[in-house]
Amino acid sequence: MKRLRTYAQAINEAQEIAMRRDPSVFVIGEGVPDPKGIFGTTVGLAAKFPGRVMDMPVAESGMTGICVGAAIAGMRPIMVHARMDFTIYALDAIINTAAKWHFMFGGKQNVPMVIRMIIGRGWGPGPQHSQALQALYAHIPGLSVVMPATPHDAKGMLLSGVTDDHPVIFIEHRWLHGIAGPVPEPFYTIPIGKARVAKKGTDVTIVSASYMTVEAMRVSPWLTRAGVSAEIVDLRSIRPLDVQTILASVGKTRRLIVADTGWKSFGIGAEIITRIAEAGIPLDRPPVRIALPDMLTPTSHALAAEYYPTSVDIARNALILCDKKKTDVQKAIRAYAATLTGSSDQPDPTFTGPF
Amino acid sequence: MNTLYYQMLRIRMVEEAIAREYPKQEMRCPIHLCIGQEAIAVGVCSVLQQEDAVFSTHRSHGHYLARGGSLGAMIAELYGKATGSSGGIGGSMHLIDTRVNFLGAAPIVASTIPVAVGVALSRVMQNKPGLSVCFFGDAAVEEGTAHEAMNFASLRRLPVLFVCENNLYSTVTPLAPRQPQRPIADIARGHGMKAFQADGQDVRVVQNVSRHAVDSIRRGAGGPVFIEFATYRFVEHCGPNEDAPALRPPKELAAWKKKDPIRFLSPIEHRALEPLIAKEITEAFRFAKESPFPTYETVTNLRAGN
Repeated sequence: MKRLRTYAQAINEAQEIAMRRDPSVFVIGEGVPDPKGIFGTTVGLAAKFPGRVMDMPVAESGMTGICVGAAIAGMRPIMVHARMDFTIYALDAIINTAAKWHFMFGGKQNVPMVIRMIIGRGWGPGPQHSQALQALYAHIPGLSVVMPATPHDAKGMLLSGVTDDHPVIFIEHRWLHGIAGPVPEPFYTIPIGKARVAKKGTDVTIVSASYMTVEAMRVSPWLTRAGVSAEIVDLRSIRPLDVQTILASVGKTRRLIVADTGWKSFGIGAEIITRIAEAGIPLDRPPVRIALPDMLTPTSHALAAEYYPTSVDIARNALILCDKKKTDVQKAIRAYAATLTGSSDQPDPTFTGPF
Repeated sequence: MNTLYYQMLRIRMVEEAIAREYPKQEMRCPIHLCIGQEAIAVGVCSVLQQEDAVFSTHRSHGHYLARGGSLGAMIAELYGKATGSSGGIGGSMHLIDTRVNFLGAAPIVASTIPVAVGVALSRVMQNKPGLSVCFFGDAAVEEGTAHEAMNFASLRRLPVLFVCENNLYSTVTPLAPRQPQRPIADIARGHGMKAFQADGQDVRVVQNVSRHAVDSIRRGAGGPVFIEFATYRFVEHCGPNEDAPALRPPKELAAWKKKDPIRFLSPIEHRALEPLIAKEITEAFRFAKESPFPTYETVTNLRAGN
């Protein structure tokens, strides 16, 4: 019987293990010790580790600089931001200070810190509480950027991040927090920079990360029944990017969909398609980017339902890429969409807001 | 001979030597000389202990040397050499000497203030002795991150000495279009910490107020202290020359030169010290010039590309 834990529990457990193993680890963020505990990811930790699970002033920039200072002096901070949008205040401290400190002093000092950032979708977070800015951070040398999709990887990659001697941006999708999966109890790490073939297939490669991997996995059995064997490459790590795993898969299928939670232009999809072009891997069909449209995020759930790409978009594009007839595709997609239950702005029926 | 004056003269002569050599275009990075402001670096560092951490800005040569940073490694860093304090990767704006806990200088205005506060936080969490000192200019208090760092340092009563070198200018922009007319030290008081204003041109005054501040911080629950020193930069913001008259009023410069921090040094003392320091400087420049450049491999081997 496999030990099941939710993604939020896996993160909570990883932080507990990290703090137990190493007295230099601490967790800091706005609302970290409060009863809701950042969507459950920090619940109970403050009582177990007095003084090491801290609230902080609403000062994302200064506090990030302070965590860099703590890190160069021997601590291993885990910073938590309940919304990735809040980290924009901290861009200077992250990009100019955290990412560069090791380099600009010739390697004399390290900045071992993890910055957890939560991205979201649904229930009206709107333009300033939902942004998925992985492409922004992945552009910066000196940072690692990870986006695990499963509870297993969340625990292992957070522990990798905490034991890494350099800054790691750890991005969690809000809709992953409630999803359960097998999570081994002891300490283990999942290496940063290694993708995972989440499902083997032969007809089309779907490269995805974070919640879009969930969407891809959701549609995958249906695609099989529709005669499309999809290979799903779950990136897990955005920077460094596991180009080899992507190239190996696309070299085999020669058809590509990249599904990302961020915006389309200058995004993760653009980078991956470029890597394939640079490697000279011929594609049988033009590659497809499934991403947020190049517009800001509306709040009303009536609008958000159209805004966010889902497994339906993956299904449609996979069928088209695999040369299914247009009329058949329309019919099949209508049938697939009808199988999806629940509301487009709730991860599952137990989610009733308010955030 | 008072070691404070020796140190100020040494910093002055190093800066003048850099200014002399700079036009040869072998030091190919921006330099921000601290001529005129030496008393603050020397006075503050004179009251510190080995375990205290020091942070600085783009104008860091004086702080680095007053703290005891290696002169040879500093000059080599300016020449971009492998023997430089940051292996030639940082340049004049990124000096470091971990041996003496000079933990870093960076030119993004106010960016090292929270880092200094973070080191103080770690000292407290690790139950280790030592305070953090951060030097910064008058413009730094215009940055939000400075206030965020001061707020947190005060909130947690962290052992931090904030040293504001108010030289009246940000590059060549005077205070008037940047800040309201109030003492900068009042900002720190607003953050709930002790703050002093003092003459930054008299090293004995600097030392006294710094000792008072550091004693207060070391008393444990004393919390952070802020000192605003009045000072003036005798040369241009960036580069080896004086400012053009259009940039800063020559009369203002002349008035401040009457308050040159090394004015207390008698000509006899000056003449006695000069050859010793000159010899050390010559050796440092020779060391820098003779040192090899870093290989590109040393850069790519650093964790920089990830």
